[in-house]
Amino acid sequence: MDRDLAEVEREIADLRRITTTQQMNLGEQIAALEARAERLREEIARHPTAWQRVQLARHAERPRIGDYIAALTSEFLELHGDRAFGDDPAMIAGLGMVDGRPAAIVGHAKGRDTRENIARRFGMPNPEGYRKALRVMTLAAKLRAPVVTLIDTAGAFPGKEAEERGQSEAIARSLLEMARLRTPIVAVITGEGGSGGALGIGLCDVLLMMEHAVYSVISPEGCAAILWRDGSRAPEAAEALRLTAHDLAEFGIVDEIIPEPPGGAHRHRDDAVAAVVESVRRHLAACARRPEESLIAARYEKYRRIGRVRRGSAEAAGTTPAAGGQAE
Amino acid sequence: MLNWLPRPKHAAAARRDIPAGLWVKCPRCANLVYRKELERGLRVCPRCGFHHRLSAQDRLALVLDRGSFVETDGDLEPQDPLGFVDEQPYPARVAEYRRRTGQAEAIVTGTGTVEGARAVVGAMEFGFMGGSLGSVVGEKIARSADRARDHRWPLVLFVASGGARMQEGTLSLLQMAKTSVAVARLADAGVALVTVLCDPTTGGVAASFAFQGDIIIAEPGALIGFAGPRVIEQTIRQKLPDGFQTAEFLLQHGFLDAVVPRAELRATLGRILRLANAPADPGAAGTGAQGWGEPTDRADEPPPA
Ligand SMILES: [Zn+2]
Repeated sequence: MDRDLAEVEREIADLRRITTTQQMNLGEQIAALEARAERLREEIARHPTAWQRVQLARHAERPRIGDYIAALTSEFLELHGDRAFGDDPAMIAGLGMVDGRPAAIVGHAKGRDTRENIARRFGMPNPEGYRKALRVMTLAAKLRAPVVTLIDTAGAFPGKEAEERGQSEAIARSLLEMARLRTPIVAVITGEGGSGGALGIGLCDVLLMMEHAVYSVISPEGCAAILWRDGSRAPEAAEALRLTAHDLAEFGIVDEIIPEPPGGAHRHRDDAVAAVVESVRRHLAACARRPEESLIAARYEKYRRIGRVRRGSAEAAGTTPAAGGQAE
Repeated sequence: MLNWLPRPKHAAAARRDIPAGLWVKCPRCANLVYRKELERGLRVCPRCGFHHRLSAQDRLALVLDRGSFVETDGDLEPQDPLGFVDEQPYPARVAEYRRRTGQAEAIVTGTGTVEGARAVVGAMEFGFMGGSLGSVVGEKIARSADRARDHRWPLVLFVASGGARMQEGTLSLLQMAKTSVAVARLADAGVALVTVLCDPTTGGVAASFAFQGDIIIAEPGALIGFAGPRVIEQTIRQKLPDGFQTAEFLLQHGFLDAVVPRAELRATLGRILRLANAPADPGAAGTGAQGWGEPTDRADEPPPA
């Protein structure tokens, strides 16, 4: 359906060009096509496919971390640097007042335009980004302030320097420390939840996810390239990966889905941001009432439960000496 | 090495799949090596020192005291929560890898001793869907961490994995978080995690328990990294230098404690386990109640189920 829409939009653009270059009056045809495009847009908005949600999650006009920080906090103070190597503009971290109490906010920073995107590496952090985030989260725990993480990245940056400076170690360390961080962590997937680069700031007590956000172990394009050696089969892969908020709520991974305005967050940014802020404030207030010890214990239980295994036959499992041979 | 195998028939089944020649071509030096000579030499190339991959069974046989291994959770099987189908349905793929490797899943876990020192151990099987981290691997590692914590025995994980298991989607990604909460509890209890990074250790596995070790060692030449070399080359549009993302490269950059040749692995692990043996309570440290190297009375306890 999004292909149909793209087709109609192309036709409209063609007709407009003809109108201006050849001085023909094609207003009626254009109006008819516009109406058709609008019907398609509404249809997509009502029932987006997994692949359409991927497009919505990546939409260039979607709210960015700055929009959420501005609406959620007052007196936001951005903190810079990992105190070891450098400052990563792909990750924003700082302290701000939320409902009159200090909180730490960390999150991926995609840009508003190409220039900012290049400067911020499209929100794909290097190790120092994760180390900065962890430094600020640790500070929050020390100050008894909760942590809000805002997730929107295609993944951790797959670069040469990232490997030299220990991308794996940075994410692994972040996960280990977030698992035992002695303060509440509320995480929101606002757009793209791209694999380990998203999870690197995503271990939490409450996971919120915007209606059209996605959270996946691999990009649909990457999945299709591996499975079928054909990246163009990404729409199929998106469906198979079960990466939508509704799928993940069903699996018990997502705690609450934040509704988006009709057509997606980019259509009415202020409304979308307000819905996220409302949900985050409500969950921060609920977390604040929970004793620290039970919070950490519940965090352990939350993740310890995730996964689907069953006890199989001893034969298949190889607990009998002849198991391997019999399996032939 | 074969005589040490806890379950010889298993390994025999796994072997059957390797092209049945008398000679093996070494991928590094391209020399033909007599298969028996390679096996006798711990699958290290006698010409160039290349460390060929080891199965989980052979790995455990290499490092554990003979007869000390007791497998745990060997009967855990994956489900198919996504109903995932590529060229074949996920359950069929799992069944195929079971036949091919003789292993139930991509990790074998249990308890055992190395030079008399007790440990909870897990060895990943790269031959089983690339050692990918699915629900079963995550669950077995989490249970192993819990068991290590209960017994106060160090946890030793031999890592060989390409990362998360695509066929289990986001549930697979979150096994990184699941193993992390279990490792965090182990750390808070004051029990050591030792990871041995074998070829390859990449993706979500590198970015979770592999690099959460208190002591991290690796095998010579092992590929270790977050992103695969091909992905990096596509991103930066240039060739990576020779030796990039090898164990030696990581040692040089400060991310490993040591690169240990296979022939020295058992002795090195024995030493690590003696040194990293946490006392049951801080007061017991000076009393020798835990023993250093000598098995104590706790060695007679029945193995954990
Ligand atoms: Zn060789």
